[in-house]
Amino acid sequence: MTTDHDSAYDSLADEHGGDARWAFGTGFDDPLSGVDTAIPGGVEAADLAAYCLMLADDALVMSQRLTEWCTNAPELEEEVALANIGLDLLGQARLLLARAGAADPSIPQRLAADLPHEDALAYFRRAAEYRNVTLVEVDNGDFARSAVRLLAFSTWRLALLDRLTSSRDPVLAAVAAKGVKEVTYHRDYAARWVVRLGDGTDLSHDRVAAGLAATWPYVGELFVSSDVEQRLAAAGVGVDPAGLRAEFDDVMRQVLAAARLQHPAAESTVDIAGRSGRHTEALVSLLAEMQELARAHPEAIW
Amino acid sequence: MNGLIDARTIAEAVTDPELPMLTLADLGVLRSVDVTVDGGVVVTITPTYSGCPAMDAMRDDLRRGLYAAGYSSVEVRTVLHPAWSTDWITAAGRTKLAEYGIAPPGPARERAAGPIPLTLAPPARRIACPLCGSPDTEELSGFSATACKALRRCRSCREPFEHVKEI
Repeated sequence: MTTDHDSAYDSLADEHGGDARWAFGTGFDDPLSGVDTAIPGGVEAADLAAYCLMLADDALVMSQRLTEWCTNAPELEEEVALANIGLDLLGQARLLLARAGAADPSIPQRLAADLPHEDALAYFRRAAEYRNVTLVEVDNGDFARSAVRLLAFSTWRLALLDRLTSSRDPVLAAVAAKGVKEVTYHRDYAARWVVRLGDGTDLSHDRVAAGLAATWPYVGELFVSSDVEQRLAAAGVGVDPAGLRAEFDDVMRQVLAAARLQHPAAESTVDIAGRSGRHTEALVSLLAEMQELARAHPEAIW
Repeated sequence: MNGLIDARTIAEAVTDPELPMLTLADLGVLRSVDVTVDGGVVVTITPTYSGCPAMDAMRDDLRRGLYAAGYSSVEVRTVLHPAWSTDWITAAGRTKLAEYGIAPPGPARERAAGPIPLTLAPPARRIACPLCGSPDTEELSGFSATACKALRRCRSCREPFEHVKEI
């Protein structure tokens, strides 16, 4: 740990530094401290790390988008709800980033050798090194569009995590089991808003219909499986997203019917984009904001 | 014994920073406390929610309490499996929550086979108002000031209150 920065924050980061550190932020312990992170047989460490990064980045970037609603949500209750959902996803991301770093420490060490793995991976990868699906990185739009995006994301992630609870990797299985409980609440929250807006006034109906139209082009990519996902699914460690489509469609049909919204036409064929590091400009801007502090003060303890 | 206060007694008395009326034992997050042959302590805790920011404070408070009691080495481990459930909150913990004005959780939902069902209407749970006791309450939001609580309102006394939601 470096001590050359001339900072009043030093005392706050002390191991037994008292209550001030609590409000101040990290100095975080490894969220996997004491968890057995041995790699299950039949899986390459690099594959497992790559897979954990995919699931971590989905949650991390979605979390960052949700926090943009702080001080901007239409009602205080919604601001609290969206921040809580973002916090759950941030927690999932931290566990998955730490799991990725434990599986293949060479990646975080190359990025920022002195930092905890999760921080190195979150703050020192460029957009092209992120592996999240495009759906989570595009701009929030209005509240209705954000509700539709959150519905699509949580419906997909819940189906994925539910299957991941039987992963042969005990860490992934445990993260998934906890995540299922959380994302069940997220999906219900988003679904109720889509119904409330769709089955509301003409204006709210039009806004949420526009949100659905704007979101749908990113849905197809959720079900295209990359080589890593296919290999890990075959090894009983990961989930092939291609198998999630039926459950996703069934949930969307229920919500859209209750919301008096027309189910969008099937999207045209899509390629892998985010999973191979191909991203929109929106992610570049998002990361610029999210990573600025860590990059400007890489030695800081905060 | 070495004359120190029992490590489990100390660990069990550490309180949750966000629900300070509850000890870690009441909350059900303290999974084990073991004293090693050389006099160190290994404490195992489990998070309530993946992003619960209280975890770091709990680890610090456990270490501080055990060091202060004279233990020479303290290790706090995390266990993720099985995932915490509100069903693990003790009867004493539920009583303390209610006395503090927070409605304790009901039993966690049983998981049926097949896909997790969507719930389009807020669950019609009968959560009694912790302030006046009326069963006539409504959910305002499934989320509240901490990850583990929902926000409700009593239709009888009109007071808002929090409810530890079932997971």
